[in-house]
Amino acid sequence: MLDTPPFPAGHGAQIRAVQIRARDWGWRHAGRHNQAVSGLDLQVTPGERVLLLGASGAGKSTLMHALAGVLGDAEDGDETGSLLIDGRRAAEARGRVGLVLQDPDSQVVLARVGDDVAFGCENLAVPRAEIWPRVRQALTEVGLDLPLDHPTSSLSGGQKQRLALAGVLAMRPGLLLLDEPTANLDPTGVIEVRDAVVRSLDHSGATFVVIEHRVEVWQDVVDRVIVLDPAGGVLADGPTREILSGQGERLAQAGVWVPALPPRFPTRSPITPAQTLLRAEGLAVGRVPFGRRAASVVAAGITLNLRAGTATVVTGPNGAGKSTLALTLAGLLKPAGGTLQASDTLAAGIVSEPHRWRSQQLLTRIGTVFQDPEHQFLAATVRADLQIGPRALGLSQAEQTSRVDELLHRLRLDHLADANPFTLSGGEKRRMSVATVLATRPRLLVLDEPTFGQDSRTWQELVTLLAELLDEGIALVAVTHDAQFVNALADEEYRLGMPDPIRLGTGAP
Amino acid sequence: MSLLTPTIRPSVVARLNPVAKLAVALIVSCALLLSIDWVSAGVALLLEAGLLLWCGLSARQFWLRTAPVWIAAPMAMITTVLYGEDSGALLWQFGFISVTEGSAQLGLAIGLRVLAIGLPGIVLLATTDPTDLADGLAQVLRLPARFVLGGLAGLRLVGMFIEDWHSLTLARRARGVGDGGGLRGAARRFFGPAFSLLVISVRRGSKLATAMEARGFGSDEPRTWARPSRVRAADAVLVGIGFAIAGIAIGVAVWAGTWSFILA
Amino acid sequence: MHATTSSLRQSTRQTSRAKKPRNFRWRVVDIVVASVIGVASGVIFWAWGLAWSPLSAILAFTPGLEGLLAGGWLFAGVLGGLIIRKPGAAVYTEVVAAVVSMLIGTQWGFSTLIWGVVEGLGAEIILALFLYSNWRLGVALLAGAGAGVAVGLLDTTFTSYAALDFGYRVVYFVSAVVSGTVLAGLLSWLAVRGLARTGALSRFAAGREGSRAPSAAIS
Repeated sequence: MLDTPPFPAGHGAQIRAVQIRARDWGWRHAGRHNQAVSGLDLQVTPGERVLLLGASGAGKSTLMHALAGVLGDAEDGDETGSLLIDGRRAAEARGRVGLVLQDPDSQVVLARVGDDVAFGCENLAVPRAEIWPRVRQALTEVGLDLPLDHPTSSLSGGQKQRLALAGVLAMRPGLLLLDEPTANLDPTGVIEVRDAVVRSLDHSGATFVVIEHRVEVWQDVVDRVIVLDPAGGVLADGPTREILSGQGERLAQAGVWVPALPPRFPTRSPITPAQTLLRAEGLAVGRVPFGRRAASVVAAGITLNLRAGTATVVTGPNGAGKSTLALTLAGLLKPAGGTLQASDTLAAGIVSEPHRWRSQQLLTRIGTVFQDPEHQFLAATVRADLQIGPRALGLSQAEQTSRVDELLHRLRLDHLADANPFTLSGGEKRRMSVATVLATRPRLLVLDEPTFGQDSRTWQELVTLLAELLDEGIALVAVTHDAQFVNALADEEYRLGMPDPIRLGTGAP
Repeated sequence: MSLLTPTIRPSVVARLNPVAKLAVALIVSCALLLSIDWVSAGVALLLEAGLLLWCGLSARQFWLRTAPVWIAAPMAMITTVLYGEDSGALLWQFGFISVTEGSAQLGLAIGLRVLAIGLPGIVLLATTDPTDLADGLAQVLRLPARFVLGGLAGLRLVGMFIEDWHSLTLARRARGVGDGGGLRGAARRFFGPAFSLLVISVRRGSKLATAMEARGFGSDEPRTWARPSRVRAADAVLVGIGFAIAGIAIGVAVWAGTWSFILA
Repeated sequence: MHATTSSLRQSTRQTSRAKKPRNFRWRVVDIVVASVIGVASGVIFWAWGLAWSPLSAILAFTPGLEGLLAGGWLFAGVLGGLIIRKPGAAVYTEVVAAVVSMLIGTQWGFSTLIWGVVEGLGAEIILALFLYSNWRLGVALLAGAGAGVAVGLLDTTFTSYAALDFGYRVVYFVSAVVSGTVLAGLLSWLAVRGLARTGALSRFAAGREGSRAPSAAIS
């Protein structure tokens, strides 16, 4: 809902929109062989709104950082050609450009909301008398209706991104840059941020450049789309509709979510009959806060039946306890009430409560894929990391190697076998975390937001892989707010807060 | 109450300039560090106790936060009594251990000194908000703003550590290495997540640095301050009290003849 | 305006490893990462301080051996120095760590800050002796030892250890130096190497030496 803020007329005229001009511009990061960007020729007129697209490796983020003047100096890389903001170099135009990045947690500078928004103004030597009115105005523009001493650590992801936006808007920039601002947000947060940006742009008329692979969020906001070429220069440049229809296929190949080309859902051949693997009755989940003995319950009265070859999806609003439920089902957290019992098929000779299983016993029974793949990295190379599970099971060296090689191949990680896991791209990290879990062949997989922030190619691969696993008889529980994922795979949906699971179709639309 | 930023009740002490509080703690500590004797430490402790009543911490918070001091003081005392430099009449002997009049006096002095130095430091700083402290350091003491604010920003990032640590431990359980392995396993269960945490925080720090630079931070241009850090009369009074405590403690010790200058 | 515009050269498109002029001015990323390391180390220092009381009681059968625990408070400076590689890095990181552990609450109160400054200087002096250009294992170990010397001298002069017999003070001093070398020097060097391999240090010289691996370029 876009409501017009009650500002005096002519207020927006205080901001002069910026003109961007690049001539044969290129950048090479220090320590790398290849140029990140090369031979870029481009011009953006004041007040234009641009969507920047391109395959990964095309240099979109590098260009954004360069426009904001934060790429660094000669210590950080080599620049060729010229990139001018209103005729001056970007590093000299601080305060004219505002940049909002992808990770909400890494942009909060100070502990109180008001202080954080005032930070930019302080750096630009805005007189104190003018700072606090600007802060209040910026917070109203982004729709953050909070007291100025509200702690920033208790904000949600969407609120933190809007806080970062407010901090940038308080500087009254002529150019607003957003680098995948909604990638780490849930659907509500995405809409909140998009609306805040639109409100502020309508009000200030600043030039606007955004990188996002979810095109449908921004396609009605921008007038122009520029596609960068990984080999250098600009691949396509023109009005939104034209580029999306003309370059649609190519963009979809590169992982962009083109609205006209939705991803294909895999076909499934469900196995029957499906045995129950894990049963929850009246389950209550919660975490034990530091220094206390009893858990604080976040969700209760959950009754679920997880069966082999079926995919159960857990949905619900933020804070409803989806992640806590996932971790409890995975046997990592102790249930706060009710019962959670594994069937004999799953337990195979040990006690039936998963949280009482030893770490090794969990390996072949339940596998967990965390929301942040980096939390699961244990070794210095991908191959070594994949071997950890089989080794903990005590398998022979030959068996370990064969399993690892098979997984590397299946998940197309062969060429990365000796790379350090932290250096992988987002999609590769996700594939690797799934591979590590599959190495010990568990019968039940628990996934926490598996498609978070993924581009369309990775999404497609992941969904296809999960469909194959389901056909092999593995049971799946996924916590997600991705509606397309639910449509593609789910057999049952459990919405937290509602008493019974909803049975859905068997996969194909 | 988080580890680094306690909930501060508005009180006289909370409104004092953090730099003044820092100065008092520094003055008293320096004075007491110059000699090991029970008179100076005891006098200082008595005088401080009077001050601490106004500290603004609830009783529970006070005891919780100063617990390390209350545990450490007796331990330091006992160690010194048993192993300290001997002088005077021998009171008890057993192997390496020898308790003499001299070492007993030293033990008392050390115990009181730990309390006298530790308590005010903890209390004065526990009632300080880190942002206000940074403002004070940069505006009053004129320390370079880049370093003070950069340090403050780093402080914030650490607040996420506990949750990350919890996630990392759970992930290790899911990967099959969450228990067992004996001593080596236990060491890995500490150093593994510690290293991952280091990686994650260095990366977050780099991203935060970019975000801060994008908001104009880091140049040598003069900047303004949205929250003025003012030095008031109350702050001068506090610093004066600090000098007074130090002076009285030293004076009484010298008068009583127990003052023994360390560097002499 | 932006003060580091000094050396942005218009180079031709060549991928040679041209020698860049050494820049000793701290960038924002240097300050923030040093602070993060300092603050994280400060939390560990605080925890180590809590564990110190019981641990030192165990070691107290030979008074002076508690010096072996001293290295737990020295690694911040060496770690910061090895990563940032600029003058003042060791002192800054160690001081930040000391301040943080002091803020949370230690028994040593304000003296923690003074100790932090001197310990940081102990490592800093070694790094300065090598002109901030040698970062190999030997230098890291020496820097750790330097910090150990600093804390050894401080503790045996000003703290309750000054009240011990001379023999015990020597034991303390030597154990502090050993602890500094191993816990502060060796561990820090290993940590930096591990960090560099994860790509987390891509904005630092420490993360770029010999790293022309074709791993995924972030753009």
